[in-house]
Amino acid sequence: MEAFINGLSAISPQNTFAEEKLLQEPGEYCDVRFIKCLEPQYSGFIDPMAARRMSRIIKMGVCSAIKCLKDAGIRNPDAIITGTGMGCVEDTGKFLISIYENDEKLLNPTPFIQSTHNTVGASIALALKCNNYNNTYGHRGFSFESALLDAMMLLQEKQACDILVGALDELTPDLFTITDRLGFWKKVPVNNLCLKDSKSRGSIAGEGTAFFALSRHKSEKSLARISSVMTFFRPENITELQNRITSIGKPDLVILGINGDPQGDEIYSHLRKGIFNDIPALYYKHLCGEYDTSSAFALAMASGIIREQRVPDIMKLDDIPVGELRNILIYNHLRNVNHSAILVTSC
Amino acid sequence: MSVRIYITGAGIISSIGLNYSEVLFCLKASKGGIGRLTLLDSVHKDEVPVAEVKATNEELKGLAEVPGKGVFSRTSLLGIIAARQALKSAGIEKPFDVRTGLISATTVGGMDRTEKFFKKYLKDKSHGRLRDVITHDMGDSTEKIAEACGIRDYVTTISTACSSSANSILLGSRLIENGFLDRALVGGVDCLTLFTINGFNSLMILDSNGCKPFDEERNGLTLGEGAGFLVLESERVVAKTGRKAMGKVTGYGNACDAFHQTASSPEGDGAFLSMQKALLKAGIRPDQIDYINAHGTGTKNNDLSEGKAIERLFGNSVPPCSSTKSFTGHTLGAAGGIEAVFSVMALEQQCIWPNLNFTRKMKELKFLPVTDLRNNVPVRNVLSNSFGFGGNNTSLIFSKL
Repeated sequence: MEAFINGLSAISPQNTFAEEKLLQEPGEYCDVRFIKCLEPQYSGFIDPMAARRMSRIIKMGVCSAIKCLKDAGIRNPDAIITGTGMGCVEDTGKFLISIYENDEKLLNPTPFIQSTHNTVGASIALALKCNNYNNTYGHRGFSFESALLDAMMLLQEKQACDILVGALDELTPDLFTITDRLGFWKKVPVNNLCLKDSKSRGSIAGEGTAFFALSRHKSEKSLARISSVMTFFRPENITELQNRITSIGKPDLVILGINGDPQGDEIYSHLRKGIFNDIPALYYKHLCGEYDTSSAFALAMASGIIREQRVPDIMKLDDIPVGELRNILIYNHLRNVNHSAILVTSC
Repeated sequence: MSVRIYITGAGIISSIGLNYSEVLFCLKASKGGIGRLTLLDSVHKDEVPVAEVKATNEELKGLAEVPGKGVFSRTSLLGIIAARQALKSAGIEKPFDVRTGLISATTVGGMDRTEKFFKKYLKDKSHGRLRDVITHDMGDSTEKIAEACGIRDYVTTISTACSSSANSILLGSRLIENGFLDRALVGGVDCLTLFTINGFNSLMILDSNGCKPFDEERNGLTLGEGAGFLVLESERVVAKTGRKAMGKVTGYGNACDAFHQTASSPEGDGAFLSMQKALLKAGIRPDQIDYINAHGTGTKNNDLSEGKAIERLFGNSVPPCSSTKSFTGHTLGAAGGIEAVFSVMALEQQCIWPNLNFTRKMKELKFLPVTDLRNNVPVRNVLSNSFGFGGNNTSLIFSKL
């Protein structure tokens, strides 16, 4: 099972949407507990009339989806599949607040309509008038990986040739406040580029959208190909985890989901001393922050690294020399519950 | 190519019963579950009827056999109950000897607890008990079900509004077909919340007299709650264990209406496409469908659009058709799962379920829904429709062995 990545577009706290090459000017944020997306100009990608009703995440999602398809030269994909851990948080919060503030009376239905997890996937279909397969996953740290696996199966089933797959998660003030109370984030602000060296508990919050045009066929636009996607729910111990990851094969480089939380990062340290011992390792969450579908940002990074055969220094965790990059393994876990691995291979 | 995915277990909890046999009894007795809202405090409780599962959260905890101190949303409790029933009815016990996955579906997740949290949080952002908000996301109920059932090989959640659990059945079938799993527990769950009651009320599509699907005077939907799960197994596993199957999943189709975020297209383009795809996958002709378990929410828009699509596909010979939402209300993310169980019951019992509350034919449609229970009729193939916001439409075909 494999899928060629023939186009991608990501909106993130980095300048990923506009930059031709990978991380030319890494975005540095001083004294932060969260980082937010650099939003592009939406006109040119979304009909301004439609955009007026859209929340921020819908705009970011639809915009990166449309740009991705443009770059890949696809007008009407055979399937649109999205993954989101938390869905349309802003609209959900808005409607929930209105229930209490207005004592359940005379409520504006728009935020309710736009609160469902499939809103972005459906909005993309609406913008394209695309009647094809359309599905949305919403499962914590498996959301994006589930969407990817669905897409790869559709390609294998020969039910589709070109598929748009994407991930989206937004950070809102209330989501930050609540997850902060849950102890997810560092209490003392940090410089994002120094995240891995931070010794305090928690991570920095983030957000982003990333869309990929996946195809059964290699083209001159192909950046890389996805050759494996795996998810592991609550692995019993590190040995089980190591065995599962090893079954994917030995990569030339790993991109790890290190997020600056000493407890969660211990798992990555184990693997770096174990199965990833002599493999150059990178990390990415200092660039995008921690969120449920951050592995989609990592996939965008991996695709760029394979195409350019260049590793941005800002992502490096060690000095192990990097040779020819044919296989990159992305390994991430969310709170030691949702573990996932994606193998990206050169075309 | 037609699929051969065997259904070896089914579990259900809804307003018409806490388990398979109670639900079957009500279907056969034409006894619906729509009534007054009692378990939630809403200003609308006297205006809009609902289809509640008649059990408090404490009672559900007992039925779910979960630890008393655990933090469970109503959604996860309903899900655990139906999922456990499904495994039990298949005679499956832990530890599993084959690769077993769980694909659940929900649209409200743990919103029932989030509402409690938000009420206090809104007054002061340092208020609200955190244990009420950690169950908010869609993945929570699925992981609670996975843990209760001991499933680890593949776990995910689909959230495509009202077609969510139909898509989980579709995905489970495909994961087995593609060799990723040998067995999949598939379905979905949603509980009643202030969020959804007020959401649909703000859209002015809640019928104050209870839903009347496919009726000329229909005036909206009635919200319900519950869960429905099926155990799907590969041909190889069924052959090995000799387990008796209740039916098969033979067809599925997923299409997008791409017309409007909430409204369906006038001619039901997405609905037509999803039904057509399902027939193609099953490799059968329209005249081989013996019963259509329609989406039939009871809104002006859905029933017209779906009805038009059915007439377009089946012409002048529309098979017996009914909406069982007249029994259970619209259970949103659980609807596809609950109606899949009804479809399996129709195959097993050789019955066609009536469409309750029907009085007047819709003037735009030629066909009439089935209004009385049909016993001892040949039911070989059942088509089940689930359509959602965003035009996410899915049709499934269940067949007799």
